[in-house]
Amino acid sequence: MSLDQSFVGRVWPATEPYLVGREKIREFARAIGATDAEYHDPEAARAAGYADVVAPPTFPVVFTMAASRQIISDPELGLDYTRVVHGDQRFAYARPVVAGDALVCVNAVEDITSRGGHEFITTRTEVSTEAGEPVVTVWSKLVQRGEEAK
Amino acid sequence: MSEVLEPQTFRVTRADLVRYAGASGDFNPIHWSERQATGVGLPGVIAHGMFTMALVGRAVTAWAGAPDAVVEFSVRFARPVPVPDTDEGTEVVVSGTVKEITEDGHTRLSLSATCNGDKVLSLAQALIRKR
Repeated sequence: MSLDQSFVGRVWPATEPYLVGREKIREFARAIGATDAEYHDPEAARAAGYADVVAPPTFPVVFTMAASRQIISDPELGLDYTRVVHGDQRFAYARPVVAGDALVCVNAVEDITSRGGHEFITTRTEVSTEAGEPVVTVWSKLVQRGEEAK
Repeated sequence: MSEVLEPQTFRVTRADLVRYAGASGDFNPIHWSERQATGVGLPGVIAHGMFTMALVGRAVTAWAGAPDAVVEFSVRFARPVPVPDTDEGTEVVVSGTVKEITEDGHTRLSLSATCNGDKVLSLAQALIRKR
């Protein structure tokens, strides 16, 4: 089944703020084996000019993946999640995520295409502070594999 | 910063995937259940694409010399990274080369990640802030 093309260009209301915790950043950094002092030690982060520990570059997926369920679990879209694989991922940073940030996500669908029996959907998530300071933009392309290509 | 990001090898085991699932909140069973992974046509349990990208991120920030140096970071997941249920798991090798210095003075790195000799990422690149 094709994805609903009318989703292209649609923008969702901002999500509830995600409060970035120091221990969550440490836990994520440990899980990827990143030992940089700025991820673990608030003093080291302050010396680098930040209010608290800094998150590794891919940390935003912790809350953007959850936020994008707004789009991908909408039955109207018609996405069969059991056939979905991650296609592309891109981040553009205004600044790193820092412990203590309260971040909101605004989701949009940029593109839906169909090729060779597969369906492709590109979502864009604008992550900013509650005050509206831009932090990072996250693009994610999901591929719904065709039935016969399974 | 040198012109080349020398190949760096990361060992990936099932325990790493379990830890990453918990830390990231991505509990898709293809990353921890052999039964469910093979059930959807995969060769077995595979690493989270975002775990592989995080390893590349480690290599990039280490090369740049600062954990907050990355301005842009993008990858395409070309092939899965199968992780056998052994003590050794598997290995992901990350390398890169400087592609250009942009008009803004940022450095664009072209990146590669392989597993068992296969490219698992394509179009992988990072833009590193001018220091």
